[in-house]
Amino acid sequence: MRYDSPLQAVGNTPLVRLPRLSAAVPGNEAGLVTLWAKLEDRNPTGSIKDRPALHMIERAEAAGRLTPGCTVLEPTSGNTGISLAMAAKLKGYRMVCVMPENTSEERRELLRMWGAEIISSPAAGGSNTAVRVAKELAAEHPDWVMLYQYGNPDNAGAHYATTGPEILADLPTVTHFVAGLGTTGTLMGVGRYLREKVPGVQIVAAEPRYDDLVYGLRNLDEGFVPELYDAEVLTSRFSVGSADSVRRTRQLLAEEGIFAGVSTGAILHAALGVGRRAAAAGERADIVFVVPDGGWKYLSTGIYTAADTDEAVEALKGQLWA
Amino acid sequence: MAIEVRIPTILRTYTGGAKAVDGTGSSLGELIADLDVRHPGIADRLLDNGELRRFVNVYLNDEDVRFLQGIGTELTDGDSITILPAVAGGAK
Repeated sequence: MRYDSPLQAVGNTPLVRLPRLSAAVPGNEAGLVTLWAKLEDRNPTGSIKDRPALHMIERAEAAGRLTPGCTVLEPTSGNTGISLAMAAKLKGYRMVCVMPENTSEERRELLRMWGAEIISSPAAGGSNTAVRVAKELAAEHPDWVMLYQYGNPDNAGAHYATTGPEILADLPTVTHFVAGLGTTGTLMGVGRYLREKVPGVQIVAAEPRYDDLVYGLRNLDEGFVPELYDAEVLTSRFSVGSADSVRRTRQLLAEEGIFAGVSTGAILHAALGVGRRAAAAGERADIVFVVPDGGWKYLSTGIYTAADTDEAVEALKGQLWA
Repeated sequence: MAIEVRIPTILRTYTGGAKAVDGTGSSLGELIADLDVRHPGIADRLLDNGELRRFVNVYLNDEDVRFLQGIGTELTDGDSITILPAVAGGAK
């Protein structure tokens, strides 16, 4: 496939059937359940975030909000910052990221590589704290442009316009879509598109569940729900802990040869859960799940080569992995 | 009927520091009422006018009860309940 510039090479990612994992779904002897992986690591900077980052930038340019020489500010745990930094570099914007300090060194190195400035937010509170710090910075610097992925409709809009149509074109028989719940952009955008086109389609969220170190002493009244989130789009929502996420990430590598980031394991775990339910009910299911990024940025954690899941989980303690 | 309830750090002042406690009830509402008997005040932190507070997430065997029957979600012996504060997920 041919493109006229690197930025135009976003999207159109492969959708691949996973024959071994599908066959291993309990109760799937009849082969009614098939798992399909949407390989978003094949985007220019290696993650699904290239889609919303580019779309948010282009929409802000079209609206006159973003003009040459502008500073772009964004709270991110990594991938959105990396995508925005790449686009900012090519388009001539200054990029400032607010990122929790407990994220992998690879993410920092990639951001620096694209010329982004990094402001670290405290580990306690994870992404919630990064969002708060970014909002404070935005108030202090009214000339900076915060695209704000958690509340920008163009985040979900990118997936409504591209990810959703790609899935339906490749697999008109899709019955389930499973993705990670962060900004909620992927689930809201793809979810709305598929619900309009595929009667009865199930939209399933896999929410990362970290250890106590990450949640810290957050007050229950100070929680955070992204402005984009609309529970009506989802049919179910699962919380997936580090152990299941790491185990499934390793299983995907061992059985299908797909080298994915840790959040993929959480999404796969939820996908296998809905697959097991469908098989038990004797229902046909074509389950599409998202592989948000490859494993490259998580190599330093050691989870891929750890002797067993326990050792891998220990290696990940205290880290934001999604 | 024993159901394991995992308690977030912020609510462990009500459970004497325990990370997990046992409770009973045939629904989530009954379970929370039961917890409040032994850990007075905890129900008020979880509920507002009988519904889950906005920033409180409760999971039955890892599934968000808001997509089941909410506070009326039926429980059975051996189930596991996890209470967590709402967070912005990762920025994937």
